[in-house]
Amino acid sequence: MAFAAFATTAAKSGEPAPRRRSRVALLLLLPGILYLVLFFLTPLVSLLLTSFQAPSEFGDVGEFNYAFRWENYTEVVGAYLPHILRSFGFAFVATVLALVISYPLAYFIGVSSRRWPLLQSVMLVLVIAPFFISFLLRTLAWKQLLSDESFVVTSLKAVSLLAPDAHLTGTPFAVIFGLTYNFIPFMTLPLYATLERLDLRYLEAGTDLYANPFHVFLKVTIPLSMPGIVAGTLLTFIPAAGDYINASRDFLGGPDSQMIGNVIEANFLVLLNYPIAAALSLILMAVILVVVSFYVKRAGTEELL
Amino acid sequence: MATAAFADRGADLELVGIQKRFPGFTAIEDLDLTIPAGSFFALLGPSGCGKTTTLRLVAGLEEPTRGRILIGGMDVTAQKPYQRPVNTVFQSYALFPHMTVLENVAFGLRRRKIDDAVGKAHEALRLVELDHLAARKPLQLSGGQQQRVALARAIVNRPALLLLDEPLGALDLKLRRQMQLELKGIQEEVGLTFLHVTHDQEEAMTMADTVAVMNKGRIEQMGPPEELYEAPRTAFVANFLGQSNLLTGNVAGTTNQAISVDVAGHRVVVPRDRARRLAGTVTIGVRPEKLSLHRETPASDPARNVLGPGRVSDVSFSGMSTQYLVTTPGIGTLVVFAQNKTFGPMAQAGDEVWVSWSIAHGFGLDDDPAERPGRAPDDDTRNVAVHKRPALVPERGEA
Repeated sequence: MAFAAFATTAAKSGEPAPRRRSRVALLLLLPGILYLVLFFLTPLVSLLLTSFQAPSEFGDVGEFNYAFRWENYTEVVGAYLPHILRSFGFAFVATVLALVISYPLAYFIGVSSRRWPLLQSVMLVLVIAPFFISFLLRTLAWKQLLSDESFVVTSLKAVSLLAPDAHLTGTPFAVIFGLTYNFIPFMTLPLYATLERLDLRYLEAGTDLYANPFHVFLKVTIPLSMPGIVAGTLLTFIPAAGDYINASRDFLGGPDSQMIGNVIEANFLVLLNYPIAAALSLILMAVILVVVSFYVKRAGTEELL
Repeated sequence: MATAAFADRGADLELVGIQKRFPGFTAIEDLDLTIPAGSFFALLGPSGCGKTTTLRLVAGLEEPTRGRILIGGMDVTAQKPYQRPVNTVFQSYALFPHMTVLENVAFGLRRRKIDDAVGKAHEALRLVELDHLAARKPLQLSGGQQQRVALARAIVNRPALLLLDEPLGALDLKLRRQMQLELKGIQEEVGLTFLHVTHDQEEAMTMADTVAVMNKGRIEQMGPPEELYEAPRTAFVANFLGQSNLLTGNVAGTTNQAISVDVAGHRVVVPRDRARRLAGTVTIGVRPEKLSLHRETPASDPARNVLGPGRVSDVSFSGMSTQYLVTTPGIGTLVVFAQNKTFGPMAQAGDEVWVSWSIAHGFGLDDDPAERPGRAPDDDTRNVAVHKRPALVPERGEA
C-alpha cells in the first residue's frame, strides 16, 4: 500500500519535469545558438557566396557580383598550389617538432614531478607565462634574434655552421621555428592534462610483464596518452596551417616561405580580390576538416576519452 | 637468460635481512623469509604493516634499503622488474584499457618473444573460462571477470613465482569465495609458487598452506593456518586471526604438563607446551567458540577451566551461531560463540551463567602484559575502518 502510493506520486511529479527541463535548456542554449548563427553561420554562407562572385563589368577595383563562378576554385588551386602544400607541410613539421619538444616537458611536469606540487605549478606557470606578452611582440623579438646582425647568426657564421651569405629570417626554417615556438603551450597543456592523470600502475604492470622501459613507453604510456596527443596536435596543426603571422614578410617569412594564410590576407586586404580569398579560405577549411577527421578516426581514442 | 623460458615448476623465494625505509618511516625492518617452491604462502596483516611493500620488493617495483632477495637460489636484488621471473596480479588489476583482453594476456609472451603467443593466451583464457570474451576491452568486463583476466595475464607467463596483491579485495563476498577456490585449484594445477598478500584472514586461512602474520614491518608468527589459529603466539595474532578472549594473571604453579594462572582469583590451567611464558605475569587466551555456557555451576572437572558466575550482557544471533557477551567481575567481558543446535538462545541478557572450556584449548601468549594490555580485542571501528579501506579504495576510484 505504502509503496504503491509512493510510486504513483513519484510518477506524477516526475512526468512534467522533462518537458520543463528541456524548455529551460532551450532557453539557456538560445544565446549560444544566436551567437553561432550570427557570427559563424552567416559569415560562412556569406564567404561561400563571395567565393562564387565575379568582378562586376564596369565596376571599381574590389566590386564584385554573384555569378556562380566556380572557376575561382580551379584558378586558385592552379595559382596557389605551392602555398597550400607549403602551409600543410610547415604545419605538419611544426606540429611534429612541438610534440617532440612538449611530450618530455609535459611528462616531466605531469608525471616525474608529481611528488612536488609546487614544482609542478611553477613549471606550468612558466609554460603559460609567454601568453602574458602578445605573440606579435614575441615573434618580432625572434625576428631580431634571428636577424643577420644578431649574435646567433654571427656566431653560427663564425663557426662555419652557416654559409657567410646565408640568412635565417625569411627562410622556411625561421617560419617553422616561429610556428613551433608559438604553439608549444597549446601542445604542452593538453598533454600535461592527460599525463597528469596517467595511472602509473599500468606502467608497473608493463614492467612486471617483461617490458623494458622503452617498450613500456611505446606500448603503454603513448597509447594511454593518446587523448592528449590528439588534442595537442589538433590545437597546433589547425591554427598553424592557417597562420599568416609567422610566415609574413614583416615577421619571420620571406618570398619563398609564404603560406596560404598570407595569400588570403593579401587578397582580402591588399588586392581586394574577395572571391579568390574566399575560395582559398574555404579550401583551407575543407582540407583541414578532411585531414582532421581521418586523423581522429585513425587515432582511435574513443575508449580512452 | 632466466626470463626467456617458462618455469617448469615454482621456485623458492628467499628474503635475507630485508629492510625498507621510506623517507620518514621504516616499512620493513629486518625480514627473513623462505618460501619453499610450489607452496601457497599468504602474508596477512592490517594495512600499513609492510606486506604490500614486501610484495613490491619481490616484484622489483621497490628497492630494498638493505638485504637480498633470492628466487630459485639466484640473487635478483639488482635485477629490474622486467628481468625477474616473477609476475604480479595487482590489486587494481591494472589491465591495459587500450588493449583487448587477448592482447592483455599475450602482452608478456610477446615481450619475451615466445612462439604462438596468441595460442597460449587463448589457452590461459580458457583456464579462467573467459576465452569467449577475448575480443572485449577490459572495461567492458565485470570486476570478477577482470580479476580472472589479470590472473590469466600473469600465469600465462608461467612465472617461477606468482605474486597476488589482494586481488580479491574488490569483489563481493560470494564471488570472492568462488575465486578463492578457483585460485587454489589453478595453483595446484600449474604447481607454481604463490605469494598472496591479503588483509582478509579468512581468505588467507582457506587458501594458503602457510600463513605469515605481519605487523609493523615484522612477521609476528608463521605457520600452517590451523596452528596459527589454535596456538597464536601474540595478542596481535590472537586478535587479528579470528577473535580471542585474553586474560592476564600471575603464574601460580607449574607442573610438567601445565601451568596454572591466577586470574582475579580464578585458577586457569594452560598446557605447558601451548604456553609461551612460564613465569611472572602472563596473558592467556581461548577462542570464543571453544567456550561453553552453563546455567548452573558446572560439576568440577580437572580437564576443564571454569569461570563464573558472570552475567550475560548481550546476546546477538548470527544464523549459525549466537554470540554471548558474559561479564564476570574482576575479569571483564568474555565472548562466547555457541552453535545454534536448538531453537532459541541458551540464555537471556541479565542471566547468571558460568563459562568453561577444555584445558587443552587454552593458549599462553609471548607478549609481556606490561608492554601491551592484552585484553582489548582489536575490533574497534577505527581499526576495522583502516583494514577495510584498501578494499574500498579501488571501488571509489572506479565510481
